[in-house]
Amino acid sequence: MKDPQNPDNPPACIAGLFDHPLALPSFLDEIPLGLAVLNENRQIVLLNRTLEGLSGYSRQEAKGIPCTYILRSNACLENCPALSMQDSADAVCTEANIINRDRQKIPVRITFSVIRDVTGHTVGYLEAVEDIRLLRALNGKECHAYAFGQIIGRSPQMERIYRILPVIAQSDSSVLITGETGTGKDFLAEAIHQGSQRGKDPFIKVNCGALPETLLESELFGHQKGAFTGAVENKPGRFRIAHNGTLYLTEIGDLPLALQVKLLTFLDDKIVFPLGGTKGFQVNVRVIAATHRNLGQMVREGHFREDLLFRLNVVRLHLPPVRERGDDIRLLLDHFLRSYLTRLKKPIKGFSGKALRLLLDFTYPGNVRELRNIVEYAVNICEEDQILLKHLPAYLTDPEARDWDREAKTEPQTLWSPEPQSVIPQKDWASAERTMIMDAMLKARGRRTKAAEILGWGRSTLWRKMKHYGLADTISLKGSENA
Amino acid sequence: MLKKVLICLHGNDVAPRFDLTTEVFIASVGPENRIEDEKSVVLPRASAEELCHMILTGDIQTVICCGIEEEYYQYLTWKRIHVFDSVIGSCDRILDAFTQGTLQSGAILFDPI
Repeated sequence: MKDPQNPDNPPACIAGLFDHPLALPSFLDEIPLGLAVLNENRQIVLLNRTLEGLSGYSRQEAKGIPCTYILRSNACLENCPALSMQDSADAVCTEANIINRDRQKIPVRITFSVIRDVTGHTVGYLEAVEDIRLLRALNGKECHAYAFGQIIGRSPQMERIYRILPVIAQSDSSVLITGETGTGKDFLAEAIHQGSQRGKDPFIKVNCGALPETLLESELFGHQKGAFTGAVENKPGRFRIAHNGTLYLTEIGDLPLALQVKLLTFLDDKIVFPLGGTKGFQVNVRVIAATHRNLGQMVREGHFREDLLFRLNVVRLHLPPVRERGDDIRLLLDHFLRSYLTRLKKPIKGFSGKALRLLLDFTYPGNVRELRNIVEYAVNICEEDQILLKHLPAYLTDPEARDWDREAKTEPQTLWSPEPQSVIPQKDWASAERTMIMDAMLKARGRRTKAAEILGWGRSTLWRKMKHYGLADTISLKGSENA
Repeated sequence: MLKKVLICLHGNDVAPRFDLTTEVFIASVGPENRIEDEKSVVLPRASAEELCHMILTGDIQTVICCGIEEEYYQYLTWKRIHVFDSVIGSCDRILDAFTQGTLQSGAILFDPI
């Protein structure tokens, strides 16, 4: 009998329970609680699959490493349960938090108990780690009357999402979340996972745009030892780590075409084939995908497989941009102001009338993330008892400072929206400025100095802006043709 | 030009968590990857905010740590500081790997049992 993840080494066994010895790793994998078996020196001997998902380390990577480096719990450093229990027979339970490999801080309940041999001698420790994020979220629920998980809002669009979210969470279908950047797609995915029957099992997030194709394939599907240079050991892959839980694929629009085929095959038969391996592994994973891109348009352009879109598009949730959420802007401003005041301990009473008007009128291209950052900036900068205009980022009052916004607007065709035009309303500064330049150039009959005078700009400013909007070449070309 | 690298310490090893670090090792690495200067600093208390402040005011270019929250990682990288996180191992081996240019985030430089 060989460990399927590590065929070179015989698996740890428990003898005497059944006629044949029991393979310990696969036995522990079936327990829906993070478990680590430690030796007397508190080094990892074995992790179960749930703890692999929670910590981000595979059992091969963790083997032999002191548990404090794998769990990274504050309890390890402040009050190690193993040191405090000495030879006590009773298990020690403590609430703590861990920082996993994905840099998430997760509240946990850790239970530490001694493992003894048949003669009663201590041979190691068993550490059980329970993810209590859901419990914490439930405790804080009364504070947010207009919220679902970490999503805040009371606009009709958000109310509609709140109504259907519990139903979607309880179903086991694939979900596709769309919405512009910063609208809260990650929070929505996590809320769906927490509200589902898989809530206590791993929630594994993979950013499809963050890794090159070959690395991403190994990260998602795992690899066999020797599959490529540097593959010195077997790696289970995120799909297998997420077994019984949810795999959240963010930026699915950036998934390379070759991997789209592999993902499609998985969604069909639920079997994962590691890189370089011939044997498939059956896994039970719910897939939630998200993107800020318009997948329909990507399909038309041949960048995304239509059949994969159909598979993922079982349930589709669209998060509206902040500018379409009406009164939610005020709610979000107050929410983030309250939270940063508590965190930064500042005696600020609120926004001044002018500052509030500006914030309510702003279109927030970066959506909730941008709104939150603006409030954080203002709370940090403000040394008075009210947030004034001068405490807000300069780009809110001076559109010139918002250079990156215009750069972003030059490639709107891939952003998610049924009609790209609706992303750039008429009042958008970049399009208005472009029109102004065109009008001025027409009035000045193509003479830039005259056009700059009409606009009240310097000649170099006009040249810079024309170049930025791609007008320089077009107008010069037309000018030379006319000549 | 000297490059300053900071390693979060716990005894002789890297500290398991950035926010709970109470001691740091700071080394200045010369153009030929030679350690020109080194010192250990004991911090008055464990605080991720104060450690970030120290890194910024101390002209540190590279931070090596184990567990770090996304918020602080993003903040440091936004400030153009190169962060090697999830690094496990002794300070000496980590420093060797860094000077040889082989250090990567997620490196495990402990000898397994």
